Amino acid sequence: MTFSPELEAKFDKLLKSYPPGRQRAAMVPMLLFAQDEVGSVTRELVDEVAKRVGVQALQVDEVITYYSMLHRKPLGKHHVQICTNISCLLTGGEELWKHACAKLGIGHKEVTPDGRISLEEVECIGACSWAPALQVNYDFHHQVTPEKLDQLLDRLRKLT
Amino acid sequence: MLYNEPSPLEVRVLSRRFGLPNSASIDTYLATDGYKALRKALEMKPEEIIEEVKTSNLRGRGGAGFSTGMKWSFVPRTSPKPKYIVVNADESEPVTCKDRVLIENDPHQLIEGMLIAALAADAHAGYIYIRGEYRYLIDILDTAIAEAYQHGYLGKNILGTSFSFDAYTHTGAGAYECGEESALLESLEGKRGIPRIRPPFPAVVGAFQCPTVLNNVETYCAAPAIIRDGGAAFAALGVPKAGGTKLTCLTGHVNKPGVYELPLGFSVDKMINEVGGGIRGGKKLKAFIPGGSSCPVLTAAECEGLTMDYDAMAKRKTMLGSGGVVIMDEDTCMVKVALRIMRFYAHESCGWCIPCREGTSWLRKTLVRFHDGMGQRDDIGLIGDLAKNMLGRTFCPLGDAAALPTISIVEKWAAEFEAHLNGRPCPYENVSQLVMA
Ligand SMILES: Cc1cc2nc3c(=O)[nH]c(=O)nc-3n(C[C@H](O)[C@H](O)[C@H](O)COP(=O)(O)O)c2cc1C
Ligand code: FES
Repeated sequence: MTFSPELEAKFDKLLKSYPPGRQRAAMVPMLLFAQDEVGSVTRELVDEVAKRVGVQALQVDEVITYYSMLHRKPLGKHHVQICTNISCLLTGGEELWKHACAKLGIGHKEVTPDGRISLEEVECIGACSWAPALQVNYDFHHQVTPEKLDQLLDRLRKLT
Repeated sequence: MLYNEPSPLEVRVLSRRFGLPNSASIDTYLATDGYKALRKALEMKPEEIIEEVKTSNLRGRGGAGFSTGMKWSFVPRTSPKPKYIVVNADESEPVTCKDRVLIENDPHQLIEGMLIAALAADAHAGYIYIRGEYRYLIDILDTAIAEAYQHGYLGKNILGTSFSFDAYTHTGAGAYECGEESALLESLEGKRGIPRIRPPFPAVVGAFQCPTVLNNVETYCAAPAIIRDGGAAFAALGVPKAGGTKLTCLTGHVNKPGVYELPLGFSVDKMINEVGGGIRGGKKLKAFIPGGSSCPVLTAAECEGLTMDYDAMAKRKTMLGSGGVVIMDEDTCMVKVALRIMRFYAHESCGWCIPCREGTSWLRKTLVRFHDGMGQRDDIGLIGDLAKNMLGRTFCPLGDAAALPTISIVEKWAAEFEAHLNGRPCPYENVSQLVMA
């Protein structure tokens, strides 16, 4: 499997970051970084990572199911993650969640038919003092209102 | 970047560089006493560093509040095995968003803290375990680490001494349980984040089966100030058994939510009304969470005369925890709060031990049913019983974290559970809809 030179450089650095014989430690970071490039954790990616860290593919599969950010199916190009945990709940996070579902016509971990936007109701993302909060891929959006969410979703629908 | 206005009531020790131009750069760091503590620590004996940290009365900021000086002293420094420094930047306890601002605004302070811990423990490598959602912090830290290598604060023969140290970032991929120290170590090794049996504690058998210092981001960030200005000066900022300041994440129904650095022992009333600008809409306080969603919840009456420190919280049978404060006003439905908290723990239970896996999911189901108006009177007792049966019976403290807030809510707000009985809809639902309209 071939990756971008940037990702290869990241892999090289990761494989040198751990004590000798402990390269398995690089598995989760490699999977997450590669997923961002490939779009999802494919069969091919699992085999490749297994080979590079020196374990059986099954040992990688077993790890993947544990981590909520690793997914086998592609998400939307813009993955909108809305927090409804306690601080966000108290400040309108649940209303934002319902609003987004209604507007896009999709639910938890679903993707719009054009593949552009996916939604996920997430647990606390560490933005509680600036709640309600959401993330689009890795970008934070703080103190989101239904109006701001509308504008954001409209923008994402148009973004290529 | 700062996401909220600072408060004049803050005592800014760890956050002293927040808001400075390029606060994350090594130039800014060096221009503001950066790496001075490292120079001092390089001339100190490990015992002297540990002694200074003990004098500071610094207690772990990740939740448990264990003495940091003591923890560092448990590492068998003379062991022939390599020793490691591990930074817990998993920050997944709901209501906690302080490690994020510490790393974003001042990554070198964390690196300097790691170096001081490394000198105390004779460690030569360290890993910063960052939750996967905080990807941008990895970039910030990797840049800071590269700067520190260029300036000779990391790498071989640091500042011309015989001391060498390498620092690495490591990303998680979404799992609250990986904030628990032993699960974090499993995860760091490339496995599922299943907790380890203890003892042995990480100080003796930690990362890669070697002695390890494992602390929260904020704990390490306090070390430079302690070494630079002395442990006694840090201790004097707080209360007798807890030194220094605590980054407090004020959230919920307050006018000015935000992350504020407040001295330990700060008045809860002052925190809500002066730092936080009072409760939104002039409403009354109903409930208070002092340190993340795993703490027992307090009533407004229990908050009277209360201060933000470990012992004061213990006297009210709750915890200072991670510093994640939730302010809930009079219109908050406590059944809904209990339900949302339990949904989180049921989702995050790693499934390894049965009381936690089954307990959290049964509690979630019962609470959902109850909140939907299909509860029965017996459920009220059942919720308390289920939670109490989990308490102290799980492999790691996640079970307690789920049980404690639940028990406190069902006991203190039993009347609200009664009000949800007999198929009646949640009496607060309309109120919250009005608030949002
Ligand atoms: C379920 C669970 C989750 C935890 N999550 C975190 C976390 O995200 N960050 C953290 O620093 N400590 C967390 N802790 C506490 C750690 O186990 C550990 O006590 C702490 O990192 C030690 O550092 P300290 O002494 O500096 O507080 C968690 C504990 C439990 C039981
Ligand atoms: S509760 Fe939503 S970000 Fe923390």
